[in-house]
This record gives sequence, structure tokens and C-alpha cells, in this order.
Amino acid sequence: MNTIVAVAKKDLRIEWRTRTLLARVVPFALLVLVLFAVALDSEALLLRAAAGLVWMAMLFSTMLVVQRAFDIETSDAAMDSLLACTAHPSRVFYGKALSLFVQLLALAAVLVTAAVVLYGASVHGNRVVLLVTVVVTATGGLATVGTLYGAVVANMTGRDSLLPLLALPVLAPLLIAASRATEAAFGSQTIDLANGWAWVGVLVVYAIVFGSAGAAAFSPLTESDS
Amino acid sequence: MTSVAGGTVIRLADAVVALGGFPALAGASMSVERGELVALRGANGTGKSTLLRLCAGLVPLARGAATVLGVDLADDRVAVRQLVGLLGHRNGLYAELTCRENVAFTAQLVGASPNDVDDALQRLGIDARVAVTRAGALSAGQRRRTALASLIVRRAQLWLLDEPHAGLDTAARNELDVILRDATRSGATVLYTTHEVDRAGLATPRTVTLTGGCITSDVSSKFGVAQ
Repeated sequence: MNTIVAVAKKDLRIEWRTRTLLARVVPFALLVLVLFAVALDSEALLLRAAAGLVWMAMLFSTMLVVQRAFDIETSDAAMDSLLACTAHPSRVFYGKALSLFVQLLALAAVLVTAAVVLYGASVHGNRVVLLVTVVVTATGGLATVGTLYGAVVANMTGRDSLLPLLALPVLAPLLIAASRATEAAFGSQTIDLANGWAWVGVLVVYAIVFGSAGAAAFSPLTESDS
Repeated sequence: MTSVAGGTVIRLADAVVALGGFPALAGASMSVERGELVALRGANGTGKSTLLRLCAGLVPLARGAATVLGVDLADDRVAVRQLVGLLGHRNGLYAELTCRENVAFTAQLVGASPNDVDDALQRLGIDARVAVTRAGALSAGQRRRTALASLIVRRAQLWLLDEPHAGLDTAARNELDVILRDATRSGATVLYTTHEVDRAGLATPRTVTLTGGCITSDVSSKFGVAQ
């Protein structure tokens, strides 16, 4: 537990100092939402697509946050030292995933608020509980997949383009489940509250599967064979 | 601490390491006893760094036998990593953290106390002003010292240093020699690479030379040729 907290605190401290999330990722994500609004140019269409657009923006932004999280480990070969200090590389995985989770949670809060303001989406009563649960579970999935694939491409040439190429297809089920559940939370006519909770179940399973697989695979993925 | 039979910390027998199909280490044999200070010499590309990385469990053994601190690297090279401290060409620091925060992070991971951090910084001559400066703003020499301070808090049994004198001024290089000798007196074993003939010959009791991935000479300045 000590290693998990130490790694997460270290990453969050570096983020606090560099303000990458605030200065680069949040403006980028908001710009994506604004551009979607300009491109679709229809209030009714935007309201119907709001949930999907929020999670599309989250996915794209996640790529930036993950790249940054692993750049700090590879720029001076800090990952080698980090792994040499622990007998449990899985704890490094969970530490980095926890830090990503906190950052992405903040980003999701901004994007959902932006969807309410820009697209006219609304959340009332018990739908708030659903929305919060969707955001937490989907962000958990994003954080674990992001950490896993960030480690995969960390030492590869052209990792900036490889990360989205490898991770986005894997994130497709999360995008679908999070979008459907968020639609239900936004009060869409096409999906009811019960169905929304069913999609949350998918998100929970997804986060658990990638949380476990990522922890198990992290050590071999960060191995140097050359 | 892992007990090492007979005090032998490193035992290589015809060790081969292939990097991208090329034998970077082509059948190296040597043994290093606990508390020894050994300099590895050789031209660029002769396998010095590869030998260090093999001993650190960072590259796989392709052929031969290699045991480090009682761990058979052919069976489980990951197990040896916590017992050794490798300082490569790069320092393994986080540019956005201060010098002290970098060392304290390592200390947290290995369960060392804040006092150990202060002791390590003091031992490396890192003053209060430098300690609160971000690593990215430090000079090359100060970054090297910070990395060495991290190595000290780890209390590694085997120090593997790849050109540790690079980027240091004369005073710091001499201080580093003292630190390395102190480390061996306190029971650690030190293996480092260098291009400097004088440093290998005078400051170090034993010098091993590599040529083309093989060990071509193993000279002890006190006892003469050892192998």
C-alpha cells in the first residue's frame, strides 16, 4: 500500500507542478466539445448525442494524460530505478492508475459540467447517483487501460501515435457502456434508468478485468529484453 | 539480506548476452568477492554496460551461467533487482521534483527514514539550497550526486555504476572515490565502468578490461595479475 500511495502522490505532485491537466488537457477537451457543437449545429441532436460526445472527449484527453504519465518515467530512465526499488511491480501499476484516476475524475467533472452548459443536458433526482457512479466506474476503466497501454508503448519509438492506435479499440466497449449509462442519467428518451444501471455493471466488470490484467501484465511489459 | 555463500557476490561463467542478435557480452567469466571495488575498463561498445545490466537483472542471460548475490540470473533475474543498485548513463530522476524529493521518494519505496535521506544528502555534499532545487534545474554533476544519494538510501549490497565520474568536477570525483571506498568498507561491493586509466589504476584495487565482449585482463594493483 505504501508503494501505491507513494507512486500516486509523486505523480500528482509532478502534475500539480507542471499543470499539464489544467493548461493543456482541459482546454483541449473543452475545445473538442465546442467543435462537436459547431459541427452538429442542432440543439436537439446535441442533446441526444451529449453523453457520447462527453466520453469521446474523455477518451481523446485520456491519451494525453497517459502519455504525460509515462513521459516522466522514461525521460531520465526513472522507471528502471522505480522497478528496482520494489518487489511488486503491480503496486507501481496501481499507483500510476490511482494518479490517473484522480486526474481523469477531475477532467470528467469539468466535461459533464460543460455538457450541461453547452448542450443543455440536465440531471435530476436519482439520476445524479447514476451519473456519479458512471463517471467513477468509467474513469476507473480508463485509468487501468491507460496505465496498461501506457506501459506497453512507454519504450517504443513513435509511442505518441501508437498509444491511441492500440488503446482506443480496447476502450470501445467502455465508450459504449459509459455513453449509454450517461444517456440514461441525462434523461434520454431512448434508454431508461434501469438500463442505465445495467450498463454500469458492464463498466464495473471492465474496470475489474483491466485492473487485474494490468497488474499481472505490468511486470513483463516493463521488462527489458534488449 | 541474502546470504552469499563463500562471500562471492558475482560469479559469471562464459556468460553471453545477446542484444538484437548481437553478442554484446560474448562469454565473460569472472568472480567478485564481497567488499571488492572493481573498475571495468574498455573502449566503447566492448560490453561494460551490458555486464552491469546483466548483473542488475535488466537483460536476460542468453548462454552460460551467472549468479549475483546468490540469485541465479538464468532462473529469476527479477529477484536480484532489489539487492543491487544500478546507476546507468541516465540518473533516473524526476525533473519536476526537487533533489530532496527525489531521494525521499526512493527512501519511501524502500522503507528508509527521513534521517537516512538527510544522511545521504550530507554524505554527497548536497547543501540545503541544492536540496530544494528541482532536479531539472541542477547541473549535470549535481544530478549525478542526487542519483548517488538515492543509491545510498537504498542500502544496496552491490553497487553497479556506469561511468559514475562523468560530469563531476575534480573535487566531486575525488569525493566519489572516497564514497565508493567507504561503501566497500561497510560491506557493499562496487563495480564501476570508467575510461580513465589513472582512476582505474590508482584509485581502484582491481581493474578488469573488456575487449569485444570478452574479459581480456583482470589486474589487481596490490596482488598483481589475478586471472
